[in-house]
Amino acid sequence: MITTTDTPVPVNLSGSVHTLSVLVNNSPGVLMRICQVFSRRAFNIDSLVVSQGRDPSFSRMTIGVSGESSGLHQIIMQVGKLIDVIHCFEHTSNDSVTKEMILIKILCASEERSAALQITEHFGGKTVDLTPNSMVVMITGDSPKLDAAVTMFSQYEIIETVRTGKVVMARGEQAT
Amino acid sequence: MATNTMDGAQALIKTLDDLGVEYIFGYSGGAAIPIFDALETVKTRMKFILVRHEQGAVHMADGYARAAGKPAAVLVTSGPGAGNTVTGLMTAMMDSVPMIVICGQTVTWMLGKDAFQEADIFGITIPVVKHNWLVRETNALPRIAREAYHIATTGRPGPVLIDIPKDISQGAFSGEMKPEIQLPGYHPERNFEIDQKQVKAAAGLIAAAQRPVILAGQGCMIARADKELMYLAETLDCPVASTLLGKGVFPENHPLSLGMLGMHGTAYANKSMIECDLLINIGSRFDDRIIGQPDKFCQDAKIIHIDIDPAESGKMIQPDVMIVGDAKAAVAEINEMIAPVKHTEWNSKLDAYRKKFPLGYKKQGGLRMQQVIDELYHLTEGGAIVSTDVGQHQMWAAQFYKNHESFHWLSSGGAGTMGFGFPAAIGAQLAFPEKTVISISGDGGFQMTLFELATAAIHKLPIKIVVLNNHYLGMVRQWQELFYEDRTSGVDLIGNPDFCKLAASYGIPSVHIKRPADVTKQLTKALEYNEGPILIHAECVKTDNVFPMIPAGAALEDMITEAPKARMAKPVGST
Repeated sequence: MITTTDTPVPVNLSGSVHTLSVLVNNSPGVLMRICQVFSRRAFNIDSLVVSQGRDPSFSRMTIGVSGESSGLHQIIMQVGKLIDVIHCFEHTSNDSVTKEMILIKILCASEERSAALQITEHFGGKTVDLTPNSMVVMITGDSPKLDAAVTMFSQYEIIETVRTGKVVMARGEQAT
Repeated sequence: MATNTMDGAQALIKTLDDLGVEYIFGYSGGAAIPIFDALETVKTRMKFILVRHEQGAVHMADGYARAAGKPAAVLVTSGPGAGNTVTGLMTAMMDSVPMIVICGQTVTWMLGKDAFQEADIFGITIPVVKHNWLVRETNALPRIAREAYHIATTGRPGPVLIDIPKDISQGAFSGEMKPEIQLPGYHPERNFEIDQKQVKAAAGLIAAAQRPVILAGQGCMIARADKELMYLAETLDCPVASTLLGKGVFPENHPLSLGMLGMHGTAYANKSMIECDLLINIGSRFDDRIIGQPDKFCQDAKIIHIDIDPAESGKMIQPDVMIVGDAKAAVAEINEMIAPVKHTEWNSKLDAYRKKFPLGYKKQGGLRMQQVIDELYHLTEGGAIVSTDVGQHQMWAAQFYKNHESFHWLSSGGAGTMGFGFPAAIGAQLAFPEKTVISISGDGGFQMTLFELATAAIHKLPIKIVVLNNHYLGMVRQWQELFYEDRTSGVDLIGNPDFCKLAASYGIPSVHIKRPADVTKQLTKALEYNEGPILIHAECVKTDNVFPMIPAGAALEDMITEAPKARMAKPVGST
């Protein structure tokens, strides 16, 4: 729960993509409570990653959301108000590292394979599935890197992709 | 320590009693039978009130809490029983009213299988409660009940809901009766740590102000900050306007009182907002009914906002100084830093507005609701507990029944729930059997929950049940007249029952007021009757409009104090 007594100043005036880290009680229904804060304000959640923390009574969530900033400030306050939420912070690239993972499934005949593997190597990825006509590539990194990888692989026929959504962690000794 | 052969339901009932709950309002049903059985097998000080509809139960618990300042419990069954509480929960949530709603639920192994009378009330009520639980183990019941009471009553109060499957309530209890509560994400005690930097900044703004005004909201009342508010107002010689829900925290008959502000507030309260150079908001959330057009509200004034809920900071209006915390603690800190001062010129200006734009009504040409309310105010000397329903009568009651003390005004503000008034009065009368309690409803709202006449009669509650009957859904009709070229649609309440005969069918006496000349005599007669409830049916003029009015979303400067001659554009704001 945030108690702020300072006169409010919007956190991120320009950008429209925001990353929130939320520490919550690990109990049923918490996810629904948080999602409703967004949906009732007609805000869309771009990505949401949640899993148990080191202390199993808590879970960590990373929420990616895009939208205008003044509405988001109110959402951060309302999420922080929920009884099951320990804290809700917005992170920027300056104070945190943000990573996500993508699996890309492409149609790839044997003569095209080595070029595809070169692209994979460039992005520091791995092939996790290989068949005579297809390949699944796994790449981790920050979101723009993954976007670039998808662009490079577009020269092949991309059957499908799945992304995990961002996870965020504060830099240095600061708690996320 | 665990006691032998107790079931979950008994542990729950014992816990509620231990927490000091006095009343449980409810209606039984299959899934809740174990808990109803525990009411019979466990000896407590609690009293169970059987209602006639679950919505009545929730509004009764609501009225009880608004008057008594502490929660009651509601006990209903699963499915439709729980579903019927949703409107009342939303009503309480919007107005920060504490209550504990307990629902029976189908057995755990049938959850999600469309069992008989099963509803996902946990999922349904998430947005309309402060917190809720679906209980999964019997031994958790005392802890959850304690957490529920704590959450409902601390910080910004609100309703909570506990959904209890039948096998859980019937199961053998072998847990702790007084366990620790586990709420790592909830720290209401921090609300009493007031930021000194912000207090200093506020005191600075106050010292510099020439035309200050205080807005006293419900938060001030909940915090019981009446004395601190009076000290602040009198030391600064500062006028005080109140919100609908703040009525009474500052006596409305005090020379510094401006009455209620907002959409149907007094002209002089609204003028004070337009012309002030400092607004001190204590415990109001800047609701859209009072700020008009947000970017034009108090645009030339500095604003200090004191609120216990950090999410209210900047939600509607950006303040210059925000103090998050309990209103009593915050105002006490400010009071340490202020010196007595006079604002004679400013107060004279507002006094001139009081004389230029008084609240008034005609006493000829038919009976008006305002006259009935005004007369009630005078006959009770402003000392009754008044509950209202929703609509034109509610606004007139707010204008003409002046409150002198806190917790005497029960009105659904944020939600505007019709049907609220009469059951709320029942709850308040149970909280204060010796006080005069007046329920004021229109003919529309009264018909939404009139079945609780039975409950009032059974318990011989001496409520004065006023039905102000104009045969219309008056407030909507007013909007249609002013903004939709008088095209009425969906507001014509033909076929109203004979309210006096209806009361008689429940064994309740009544008085019938038809003309202005009858008002004093009939009201006096009704006020003197205390053997049980009495219904007062006042037949009022069919069409009348509430003024002043600020159309929704319009600036306060666009306030109209009488019927407009030119056609008005449709309002831009909500509702």
